[in-house]
Amino acid sequence: MTATTAAPAPTWMSMARSRFVVEIREFVRSREQMVFIFAFPMMLLLLFGSVFGDQVISGDVTFAQYFLPGMIASGILNTGFQSLAMSIAIDRDEDILKRVYATPLPATAFFAAKIAQVIAVTVVQLAILIAIGVVLYDAQLPDGAEGWWIFTWVFLLGTAASTTLGIAMSSLLRNAKAGSAVVTPIVLILQFTSGVFLVYTQIPVFLQHFAAVFPLKWLAQGMRSVFLPESFEAAEASGSWQHPATAIVLALWVIVGLVLAVRTFRWTRHDDN
Amino acid sequence: MLVRLDPMTAPAIRIAGLHKHYGDLHAVDGLDLEIPRGEVFALLGPNGAGKSTTVEILEGFRKRTSGEVEVLGLDPQRAPKSWRTRVGVMLQTTSSATALTARESVSYAASLYPDPRDVDETLEAVGLTEKANAKAATLSGGQQRRLDVALAIVGRPELVFLDEPTTGFDPEARRHFWTLIEAMRGDGTTIVLTTHYLDEADRLADRIGIIANGRLVALDTPVGLRRRAAAARISWVEDGEERVEETGAPTALLRELLARHPGEIEGLQVVHPSLEEVYLQLIDDASHEARAPEEATS
Repeated sequence: MTATTAAPAPTWMSMARSRFVVEIREFVRSREQMVFIFAFPMMLLLLFGSVFGDQVISGDVTFAQYFLPGMIASGILNTGFQSLAMSIAIDRDEDILKRVYATPLPATAFFAAKIAQVIAVTVVQLAILIAIGVVLYDAQLPDGAEGWWIFTWVFLLGTAASTTLGIAMSSLLRNAKAGSAVVTPIVLILQFTSGVFLVYTQIPVFLQHFAAVFPLKWLAQGMRSVFLPESFEAAEASGSWQHPATAIVLALWVIVGLVLAVRTFRWTRHDDN
Repeated sequence: MLVRLDPMTAPAIRIAGLHKHYGDLHAVDGLDLEIPRGEVFALLGPNGAGKSTTVEILEGFRKRTSGEVEVLGLDPQRAPKSWRTRVGVMLQTTSSATALTARESVSYAASLYPDPRDVDETLEAVGLTEKANAKAATLSGGQQRRLDVALAIVGRPELVFLDEPTTGFDPEARRHFWTLIEAMRGDGTTIVLTTHYLDEADRLADRIGIIANGRLVALDTPVGLRRRAAAARISWVEDGEERVEETGAPTALLRELLARHPGEIEGLQVVHPSLEEVYLQLIDDASHEARAPEEATS
């Protein structure tokens, strides 16, 4: 009898791809996620835009224009950190992670698929926000190749920091129900102190210092540097866009997030040791 | 010490001196067991006896306190991902938290294995063809369990763990499931199942292991287990009174009764103990034994 040649095992790439398809399907079929990620930031942008939109912050920059990069930054944080942390916590509670662990899908392929899903969703979300900003609030698009390059690295570093911290946060949540109670306040406090809902230079200095420890302040400032006119740079707290500092702080958070995520991650529930 | 064997031909499962402690609780307390390839093995025991802990150690979800474990020739705690292509796992819990349809779930699972079963054939085998395009959340409890079975077997595993697979099934679904397991046995798949249903173990298993207080208290074929209860129970009515006698020699007692009663013997019954009675007796003995040393020291 001739031995049947063993079929080639699926490659890492093909397994990651089929997991990515699962993640995308799960996302687009979840009404809560769709509303939270797409409709909610849109509504906020329109709401703040119509209430405070015409207030001039500095020069000819209105609050609506100032708010757009802030919402882009928080969109990255919401999808990568808040929504990812909660969805992994739910997956763990529901034994979905345990099931994943029981299959041949490598852990790295699983996370690659999760992160690819986060990036795909964030890109769509940002496109919607930018379109609204350009059409309704006269926001300007990033200026030329240099503008888009800055946008891209701020986006990628911000996403990397958010997702690694989101995965780490999911392990700290005792269960999925605790998720929104713990994660939502963290994100809200950062949004108020990091130059999203309020103008960064208009909040007390000690709050500015507090916010400067965390990624959102740098993410928002990085986005302002590409969506606001060059003249606004002087109106920043330090009088500069601080690109090198932004890259360093975000990269440090990526490392912190990565170390925490790897050290704390668990496939099974807390009560299930 | 377990002797190293070729992982491709080693017995499906080898366990030597397995212990799992949670603080003072000895969930598994010195377990030895070997399950050959192709066997359908049922693990029985009351809740908290250590069944699920043992199975989860074999599945690689839990770490053991001490002892040696080999599943398909490899230690589940250190096995590479390729080992997962050979082992199918059906958890005790069912998850309906997915927006995928039954077919999408099975075809995703199939994409992870080198030589998967045909997706439609797998759905057919678990009786979900008509529900293939239904979202998992809309399936009944029994249908979700069958989907779990499909996910556990679609990769053509050499060994399948089924943890309380038929809990919540109606009798018809359970019969259907039994047929499925018998078909898998026909393919040479090794099956380890835990169950609370003695009729299920009796019908499906080549061998039954009964676990109580973290130890194996019996390991035998269903027939062998039943034979352990020596006594048969003979009951009849004599002088208007119900009489019951347990005896190791039912035929002799019957002869005597026949000699005493020229006519019909009213209400005559000869009953051999069911597997259930043997099981309950074993569990009962084990819990007395476990309590005895404590009483001696108090």
